[in-house]
Amino acid sequence: MYKILKKEVLAPALHLFEIGAPRIAAKALAGQFVILRIHEEGERIPLTVADFDRQEGTITCVFQEVGKTTRQLGVLKEGDSIMDFVGPLGVPSHIENYGRVACVGGGVGVAPVHPVARALKKAGNEVIGIIGARTKELLFWEDKMRAACTELRVTTDDGSYVRKGFVTDVLKEVIEEKGRIDLCLAIGPLPMMRAVCDLTKKYGIRTVVSLNSIMVDGTGMCGCCRVTVNGEMKFACVDGPEFDGHGVDFAEMARRSVIYREQERQAVEVYGESACRCGCGGGRQ
Amino acid sequence: MSEEKKEKKKIVPRKNPMPAQDPKKRAGNFDEVALGYSEDQVVAEANRCLQCKNEPCRQGCPVEIDIPAFIKLAAERDFAGAIRKNKEKNALPAVCGRVCPQESQCEKVCTLGKKHEPVAIGRIERYIADWELANGLLPRETAPPTGKRVAVVGSGPAGLTCAADLARLGHKVTIFEALHVAGGVLMYGIPEFRLPKRVVQAEIASLEKLGVDIQVNSVVGKFATVDELMEKEGFDAVFIGTGAGLPYFMQIPGENACGVYSANEFLTRTNLMKAYLFPCYDTPIKAGKKVAVLGGGNVAMDSARTALRLGAEESWIVYRRSRAEMPARHEEVEHAEEEGVKFALLTSPTRILHNDDYWVTGMECLRYELGEPDASGRRSPVPIEGSEFVMEVDTVVVAIGQGPNPLVPRTTSGLEVTRKGNIVADRETGATSKPGVYAGGDVVTGAATVILAMGAGKTAAKSIHSYLTGQS
Ligand SMILES: Cc1cc2nc3c(=O)[nH]c(=O)nc-3n(C[C@H](O)[C@H](O)[C@H](O)COP(=O)(O)OP(=O)(O)OC[C@H]3O[C@@H](n4cnc5c(N)ncnc54)[C@H](O)[C@@H]3O)c2cc1C
Ligand SMILES: Cc1cc2nc3c(=O)[nH]c(=O)nc-3n(C[C@H](O)[C@H](O)[C@H](O)COP(=O)(O)OP(=O)(O)OC[C@H]3O[C@@H](n4cnc5c(N)ncnc54)[C@H](O)[C@@H]3O)c2cc1C
Ligand code: SF4
Ligand code: SF4
Ligand code: FES
Repeated sequence: MYKILKKEVLAPALHLFEIGAPRIAAKALAGQFVILRIHEEGERIPLTVADFDRQEGTITCVFQEVGKTTRQLGVLKEGDSIMDFVGPLGVPSHIENYGRVACVGGGVGVAPVHPVARALKKAGNEVIGIIGARTKELLFWEDKMRAACTELRVTTDDGSYVRKGFVTDVLKEVIEEKGRIDLCLAIGPLPMMRAVCDLTKKYGIRTVVSLNSIMVDGTGMCGCCRVTVNGEMKFACVDGPEFDGHGVDFAEMARRSVIYREQERQAVEVYGESACRCGCGGGRQ
Repeated sequence: MSEEKKEKKKIVPRKNPMPAQDPKKRAGNFDEVALGYSEDQVVAEANRCLQCKNEPCRQGCPVEIDIPAFIKLAAERDFAGAIRKNKEKNALPAVCGRVCPQESQCEKVCTLGKKHEPVAIGRIERYIADWELANGLLPRETAPPTGKRVAVVGSGPAGLTCAADLARLGHKVTIFEALHVAGGVLMYGIPEFRLPKRVVQAEIASLEKLGVDIQVNSVVGKFATVDELMEKEGFDAVFIGTGAGLPYFMQIPGENACGVYSANEFLTRTNLMKAYLFPCYDTPIKAGKKVAVLGGGNVAMDSARTALRLGAEESWIVYRRSRAEMPARHEEVEHAEEEGVKFALLTSPTRILHNDDYWVTGMECLRYELGEPDASGRRSPVPIEGSEFVMEVDTVVVAIGQGPNPLVPRTTSGLEVTRKGNIVADRETGATSKPGVYAGGDVVTGAATVILAMGAGKTAAKSIHSYLTGQS
């Protein structure tokens, strides 16, 4: 069992957990993820390592409630435990001194961008952070990102904070203003990553995205997470999750990520009605 | 049994039939298909054995179980004695009795089998193993602690067997398993209706009784490498039994369409994650109305039978060669057919078709014929020109084989692998190119069988013991 040592509510339906997992904390690097399963009947879901503390032996995850599992997770409190927690999975971000780097985080994507931005800055890069959310109350970690970046720009879709606009609008301004960007990292919802890639392609800026395909084992065993990158089949859990954004087949990725939409809806409905009634012992909270 | 009685033994030509669930009924549930012998049936079957002096059956078993001896004890209704005898060689008898390809191993060379049906060795083995599980585990002797620590990577049959043998020899064993439960393919691959998961877990519990520590959620190569286990965590030796878990795809267009599964994913969702109990269990699966399974092995049969149980109206095995070449166990092919699985033989897809939403709508296929025998004597399939046709399906399960997962080889220094990525290990000892590191099972041989993996685990345990105690 893995204990939740700290819980923070960052925004409505957006939570931060610090989870005790010394073995994973000892090894985790920016860009990696964990897979967790709350209880015996639960699904295995991946979450990015948003931070780690090797001394304390903790892993920080930030997650958004989108379906049954993340809602169940949201109900847990400090002191509660999670049944399974495995990692660190995936290939860590490649960190080197590229020169000037733009780190773009949209929505919950701000969390996974954070450790990478921090590592890039430490490696000597000039890191320009760009974070955005739909609206002011969904924005989080502005302070942490400011500390992790050389310079931080913030935007909201509805203009309720700082300015109105998408992260791509800000990115475009930054590119024009600075003249040269050596690498762009973008993490967030698929449409956002896709829009960033469309933009940076025009300017010929190498762009890395982190793909959140549906996963089961996370060790390369099932092939569920497969994506097409530069015409080749890749497994996001072991070959990624970071890939060359300009090579990603986003259309395919978008279709694959809604394979279980119908069941996901059903799961939430049944969850709303609480415990299972068929007697199989499942559906516990 | 006295000599005199044996002389008079009357030959019973046929095996006692295995009670099984009715095919119509079972195709709609995940309960075990083969129900197991009753006590009288097992005694009757054990009495068919001729107790041959030359023990051909024993040589047919990859771990050389003393088959005549345990069958004799079963015939005498001494089931405790029988299982003790069996377990001298076999750490997982309830599993082997169910899933060993007996027809090509112990039963293939059984003397009775020359003229009649062989003794149903596997069914007797299953009975005595189930008897022990039902009556409580018999105490097992272990040697005094040696103070040596061994890490076993992977908890499939190879790792479990190696761990059991080493623990019995007094070594302190820790198993590291990537998934959240131990058992490897026995848990995530082979379906519940063929191998109930409670049986696997009960056998694993008997291992824990021996003092083996099982650490699940531990991916070696990620939380620690093999080198770190030895250098930093003080393990004196390591056994690698990580299996062949990397799914192969056909490399044809359309394979990433929605509705195309690797058999590993299809079976893992169903068995390990219990998707057949969705929404009581949270993991979903989508088996359509018309399912095509590509391949002709056990994995393909399991997938096709699973699809029926998940509600498919039609479940097809699509195989490039003819029925005779299908590598699956005979019993599984028969069971599949009884349940209504259909066979499209000498057929292979060239592309998977999908609609604008990327959902599978069909497969473009070619028909094949068997050509001249090649160097190995096998007739290889040759496509028939102009035979293209479209098979309308909404789900495709790719079951054309698995390779070794590269994670451990890539992160271990000085470990030799083959071109295909299999770890190179000495056949006789299980030793790899790295001192103190041994390997066995599917990761060495490529996808094979439970009992061969167990045999490899046993061999390695013996060598590790010699290595640790300085005998060689
Ligand atoms: C490498 C990786 C890192 C991720 N990091 C984060 C993170 O830091 N914070 C965060 O909030 N989310 C993250 N996600 C997404 C998160 O895993 C999903 O939101 C979660 O699985 C949804 O589960 P659910 O039951 O609540 O929702 P569901 O109702 O099951 O699904 C809602 C949505 O989540 C997606 N999804 C469903 N199951 C999975 C699955 N097993 N794996 C991946 N996506 C799935 C579906 O596309 C669907 O659109 C990450 C995903 C990946 C692959
Ligand atoms: C669907 C299916 C049906 C089959 N049916 C039969 C049958 O009827 N009869 C028969 O004899 N054989 C059958 N087989 C084959 C048989 O199951 C395998 O040959 C056997 O399980 C191999 O055992 P193993 O111990 O080498 O590996 P596996 O059983 O594959 O176990 C390997 C274990 O290692 C773990 N692992 C991998 N990498 C790591 C890592 N880096 N760190 C930690 N753990 C790791 C895996 O998660 C897994 O649990 C079947 C196989 C499949 C897939
Ligand atoms: S382990 Fe397999 S081969 Fe050996 S006796 Fe049992 S069924 Fe036969
Ligand atoms: S070969 Fe057959 S008949 Fe002879 S001892 Fe073995 S099981 Fe019995
Ligand atoms: S999640 Fe199974 S292979 Fe990536």
